Order: sequence, then C-alpha cells, then structure tokens
Amino acid sequence: MSSRRLRSRQSSSTRITEDQIIELVSKLQALLPESRIRGNDRVSASKVLQDTCNYIKSLHREVDDLSERLSQMLATTEMSSAQAAIIRNLLTQ
Amino acid sequence: MHREISPGNPNPNPNPNSPMPGFCYFLHALARIQQDVAPQRSPGKKGRRIRRAAYASMAVAAAPRRMAWSRALLRRLRRRSASPRRKTITVTRKKTRTERQEDELRRLVPGGRRMDLCSLLEETGDYLQCLAAQVSLMQWVARSISE
Repeated sequence: MSSRRLRSRQSSSTRITEDQIIELVSKLQALLPESRIRGNDRVSASKVLQDTCNYIKSLHREVDDLSERLSQMLATTEMSSAQAAIIRNLLTQ
Repeated sequence: MHREISPGNPNPNPNPNSPMPGFCYFLHALARIQQDVAPQRSPGKKGRRIRRAAYASMAVAAAPRRMAWSRALLRRLRRRSASPRRKTITVTRKKTRTERQEDELRRLVPGGRRMDLCSLLEETGDYLQCLAAQVSLMQWVARSISE
C-alpha cells in the first residue's frame, strides 16, 4: 500500500503513526461502493482516495438532481397531499 | 455508532435507534419552501433552496456528534454572500498523485482544508455516510410523493 506517500502535514511533535493512517484508509475503503465488488482486497491508498473523491462528487450530483426533481414535483403537488403521502408511507414501514 | 449504508434502502432512517433530526428538519424545510408564495420565484431558485435545505439537514443531523465538517458546512450555509477565497500562490515541488488526491479530498469535504490527515480521513467517512443517507432520504421522499 502506498500509504507511505500520504505524508502527514504535521510537525514531528504531533506524529501520526503510519498504522493509524493505514487503518483509517481501510475503514474508508469499506464505505465505498466498490468494496462490494472488491471485498477486502488491499487497494492502494491513492486509489482509495481517488474512489472516495469520485464517490463524494457523484453523491453531490445526486443531491443536485434530487433537489431539482423535488422542486418540480412540488410545483405540481399540493404540500398537504405530499405530506399525507409521506406520513402514510412512514407509518406503513 | 454503526450506520448502514445502502443507497437503495427504502427506510429513510437506516439506524432505527437514532432519532431522526435530519429527516424532520428536511421535511419542515420542504414545507416552508413550498408554502412560500412569492410568485416571481424562478423555478431554478426553488431547486437551489431545496438543495440548501438538504445540506442543512445533513449538518443538523451530524451536529450532536460534533463533527467538524458539520460545523464548517453550517458556517458556509449561513454566509449570505460568497466571500472571496484568499488565493495564496506558493511554489511547491511537484506533488505525488496521492498528495493531489488528498488536496482534492480536502476541497470536497467541508472544513477539510483545516484538518490534519487523520481527522480528514475520519471526517470523510462520516461525511460519506451522511451524504448517502441524505440521498436515500430524498429518494424516499420523491417516491412517497409520486405514489
């Protein structure tokens, strides 16, 4: 794993151990959608960071798209019936 | 606290043991936006208001856990006008690929610039889970309304 390249920007007085970094990177890896395919195969820290950035960007885009969709749906729906539908759905979970 | 991430989760609250501050906040915000009867609002404006409400509800939901990204996001949302970014030009040696990825991550995570590397990695994990949960929530709301 190229975690050695993840140089901490700290001074030596507050040293972050390489093991801590490795552990955090692998925790991050487990949160990525790719981990469902890859499983626990070791992946380079650089790849984990890249996949994480891509995942965050895609989630940001989804929030944008859903906001747009919701604004259009609410334009054609009375809030009271939207709220009723939401509550109905919530109570039948 | 273990949070289950599955973007297709039909339950808006993946962890049934936690209260749903973000969920309620988001619905209240939607109701407020909808009831705002200023007639000349352009359609794009409403979408942007909903987007702000989405990020606000994420940050509010994370506030009890004292996450730095949540505080940074709330600060950013409360700033009315975009303050110009101070651009400092520094000449550095050519960065490695990993360092460039780290820079990009710092830009993507609210407050990421100020964090040490460990904090950045921890905060990123939490931010990811909250983003995914917010997306699930919005998909669920959209499904509920359209049924």
